[in-house]
Amino acid sequence: MSSVPADLLYTTEHEWVSGDADPGSVVTIGITEHAADALGDVVYVELPPVGDPVTAGEVCGELESSKAVSELYSPVTGTVTAVNEGLRHGPGAINTEPYESGWIFKVEVSEDAVLIDAEAYAEHIA
Amino acid sequence: MTRSPLHDEHIALGATLVDFAGWDMPVRYAGDVAEHLAVRTAAGLFDISHMGEIVVRGADAAAGLDAAVVSGAERLAIGRAKYTHLCTPGGGVIDDLIVYRRDWDHFLIVANASNVETVTAELAERFASFDATVENITAEVSLIAVQGPKAVGIVSAMCASGADDVAMLKNYTWCTVLLKGDIHAMVARTGYTGEDGFELFVVAADAVEVWQLALELGTPVGLIPCGLSARDTLRLEAGMPLYGHELTLATTPYDAGLGWVVQTGAARVLERPGIEGAVALSAEPVERGDFVGREALSAAKERAAATQADPASAPEESRILVGLVGSPGRAARAGFAVWMGERQVGIVSSGAPSPTLGVPVAMAMVHPSAAAVGTVLEIDVRGRRETMTVTALPLYSRAS
Repeated sequence: MSSVPADLLYTTEHEWVSGDADPGSVVTIGITEHAADALGDVVYVELPPVGDPVTAGEVCGELESSKAVSELYSPVTGTVTAVNEGLRHGPGAINTEPYESGWIFKVEVSEDAVLIDAEAYAEHIA
Repeated sequence: MTRSPLHDEHIALGATLVDFAGWDMPVRYAGDVAEHLAVRTAAGLFDISHMGEIVVRGADAAAGLDAAVVSGAERLAIGRAKYTHLCTPGGGVIDDLIVYRRDWDHFLIVANASNVETVTAELAERFASFDATVENITAEVSLIAVQGPKAVGIVSAMCASGADDVAMLKNYTWCTVLLKGDIHAMVARTGYTGEDGFELFVVAADAVEVWQLALELGTPVGLIPCGLSARDTLRLEAGMPLYGHELTLATTPYDAGLGWVVQTGAARVLERPGIEGAVALSAEPVERGDFVGREALSAAKERAAATQADPASAPEESRILVGLVGSPGRAARAGFAVWMGERQVGIVSSGAPSPTLGVPVAMAMVHPSAAAVGTVLEIDVRGRRETMTVTALPLYSRAS
């Protein structure tokens, strides 16, 4: 059973969000260990450009592994304020530390977000 | 789904399992890239029990097989193996196979998991007028592969007797050994990774013990269990075809660059010189008899030669197999369109990020005019064009 940190929020599309995601706040976003395990070794990440707008539930990037390509959805609506440049040369961090050094991008939230808590996500992947 | 005899081992090792040709098989254990690189630098252990095993036996086994597949079976010596194709009368590939000659009148054929029923039925039909039986023994056999530079040491160490025979096996030859634990195994120096390696045939009931023996002796020298994901990137780098991708009913062996598989020349054949139990090669070469697809393949061979001489003159629908290497970024995948300027010239047959080369690689069927080494092509990767360059296969060769 993969780990689901209790202090994060989640989507059913297997992203995690740190912070409370209130409009005006900046959140950090990544994919869950469950999603990273399903993908296999991530070898390439297509990151959303800093400054671009993103919309909750819409595709904003891609994660590529040996066997699969997974679309990266934004869990919130807002503007991209930063991306994890380290992933360009070390995409494997998504597999080894999906909740820490494998974070993918940060967004300044502009609208209320619809996210689920750790318990609900754990149930979703059970 | 069908379970491999090693199913519980895979679960215990934490493997992720997927449905492959109706079998529940490990796609990865520790990680796709680590497994791939282990095979290139040390060794990998593969459960390939899903592969099909078909036994052909009888007085006419060699003659019947010679007429059924595109390579000569009568010229195959006992102890040797041969890669071949089973083709339709029109020259299309039904499956690619490895044929092992076990004895004068006994052959073991390994077919792809997805095709074993089709191949068994087709062979049975082709053997109707020959004195021989065709039997699918897949469920009784477990096939375990040890692949990589350390494989010979590991498999030798697994032997109670026959270790020297294993070490001396040439490529595409086999021997029987007694493994530790008094387990009988047929060991073939064959594989699907581009590295040195062995494929071990054991009865299903012995599979777990053999798997654990390989792990016990191999782990100290770097062997790790490897899944289907690594198997695919390894064979792709090595330029080896996968049925359903590079080989289909719509391709001839020539389209896939495998014309050498079709053997039409005369050769010395195995015969019985009249001394009880003895076999020997005939004194003189013998002409190859008729085989299914011979005429169509002869025409395909001529077309292939004409195309090679003048690629631009090939009909619009002609396709031949090329290797492609890209730049760091998104990988081309099977089914993606290949473009040369404003012209679609073909389709990707297999593609993935290459762990050894560090960039996306692919094989594709393209029009001969786009097939010259060095040609720069574009692949439509989910709406965006990515550049790849035609590169001679194999994309990776092991150091001799």
